Amino acid sequence: MALAQRSRNASLLAGGTLVGLVVLAALVSFGWTPHDPLRVEATDRLLGPTGRYVFGTDRFGRDVASQLLVGARSTLYVGVVAVGLAALVGTPLGILAGMSRRWLGEFVMRANDLVLAFPALLLAIMFGAVFGAGTLTAMIAIGIATVPSFARIARSGTLQVMSTEYVLAARAAGRSPAFIARRHVLPNIAGLVIVQCSVSFAIAVLAEAALSFLGFGTRPPTPSWGRMLQESQELLAVEPRLALIPGIAIALAVLGFNLLGDGLRDRFDPRLEAYR
Amino acid sequence: MTTSAVLMALARRAAILLASVLVASVVIFLFMTVIPGDPAQVALGVNATPELLARTRHEFGLDRPLISQYLDWVGGVFSGDFGTSYVTREPIGPQLVDRLGVTVWLVGTGMLVALAMAIPLGTLAAVRHRKPSGAAISGFAQLGIAVPAFLAGMLLVQLFAVRLGWLPSGGWTPPNQDAGAFLRGLVLPALSLGLVQGAVLTRYVRTSVLDTLGQDYLRTARSKGLRPYQALFRHGLRNAALPVITVLGLQLATLLIGAVVVERVFVLPGLGSMLLDSVASRDLLAVQGIVLVLVVGVLLVNFVVDLLYTVLDPRLRGS
Repeated sequence: MALAQRSRNASLLAGGTLVGLVVLAALVSFGWTPHDPLRVEATDRLLGPTGRYVFGTDRFGRDVASQLLVGARSTLYVGVVAVGLAALVGTPLGILAGMSRRWLGEFVMRANDLVLAFPALLLAIMFGAVFGAGTLTAMIAIGIATVPSFARIARSGTLQVMSTEYVLAARAAGRSPAFIARRHVLPNIAGLVIVQCSVSFAIAVLAEAALSFLGFGTRPPTPSWGRMLQESQELLAVEPRLALIPGIAIALAVLGFNLLGDGLRDRFDPRLEAYR
Repeated sequence: MTTSAVLMALARRAAILLASVLVASVVIFLFMTVIPGDPAQVALGVNATPELLARTRHEFGLDRPLISQYLDWVGGVFSGDFGTSYVTREPIGPQLVDRLGVTVWLVGTGMLVALAMAIPLGTLAAVRHRKPSGAAISGFAQLGIAVPAFLAGMLLVQLFAVRLGWLPSGGWTPPNQDAGAFLRGLVLPALSLGLVQGAVLTRYVRTSVLDTLGQDYLRTARSKGLRPYQALFRHGLRNAALPVITVLGLQLATLLIGAVVVERVFVLPGLGSMLLDSVASRDLLAVQGIVLVLVVGVLLVNFVVDLLYTVLDPRLRGS
């Protein structure tokens, strides 16, 4: 148990630290970056790491470290809005499906299955084709595609809570469904929803990177890790650094959110106790 | 469970699949046809004269009621006719079928890579979950999940194509033209798609096998003298397969869409590349057809997973 406890805490700690670093990078970039991330310096093109440019410069002579810091903002921005949208829409829908009579619950879950057939990347490309590519369309598309995972989690949690004795007692006492949802269901499924937020955030970070790589995410000149990778593709043979730096940043951010999700899940889900 | 009950269950699931396909087609049609505005205007540009616009609208059938446009489109799709491109004025169907072939090869081999990696590694990680080797596999899988497939692709190209020169960095040779070149060209794209998904799958296999290891029937098998691996192979893996199959279905859908990005990295003429090219040229009818094919692909995968689940889990056959 002591070993298991340590491993659980290690997950939480490592995940929290990595996520904290991304958040810190984004926050710092609002007030300070080593250089202007958008300033093109023709004489400083493709410089390796130096005292002046910690991670060197790209093919336009822009400072990679400054772009990386500001890119953290795009990553978090897309993640927060997409996951926030998904949680705010998906959780109430899941609770409704779990609490309501058979046909309404069935209808919500069938609609959910239909949305599941449109994965985030596909939805974002569709949105891009119709509304034009950009951060907002990417965020909304990723958010909509993530709604079903929240609805499913919330529904299964709600079904469990609804079969407990204290809910039966509340219903027998004549409490309204809205009261039961607010007072009993939501607090009990909050842990599951928070875990899902962390896991979905990791997926959103990957989706944003892929979309920016394809030209459907954050638009130039706003720095984004996915677009930094896309711009580095042609120079991979001569300057692998330009791909590795944003690539490692994306991987660490995703790893951080996944580890945080794992740590939180272990903490919130006592059924996993046996395997710790 | 009787044969008629099995057929009933099959028919019910097939009806749900058909209904889902129809609703998805309506959603895609409305989204791609109504919201973007006039496709004739898009095809001809802003300088088109009203007469030319009216003629083109008539030619594309856009002057007819929406419902008849939809029925024409969806009826055509069922017979393989996806309409004529607004931009190239060529039929979309034949190109779509060609491109689909490339994507199916990519996704199929990517899935094989993922399975070949996940089943042994996941099982090993579960059996040795208290040992450093088990923890190392879990850590490796956790890292693998965090790497975007396109980055994996770029790095694989860098190593095996640019540095070592063993494999081509991109491009496509059809299998009937030169089987060797076809296989060599498929290795890196399949690896970049499959390794990342394999990492995801490894974690699910580990959890599932770990769940099974704690079951009473395995303890009974062990107490009858079977060695741990014997007990697991004879009694455990079939049960551990159930949750993995569900994830496998979701993964296959992810691979289908993930192929869009990998095709871009390796310049493969698949459905994903066609989708991106069609979006770039504002060929919305082609986009509409490709999106429908991909969505139907995802729904079909879910349908097959449902069926497999029923076959493998006798408890579900009655439901």
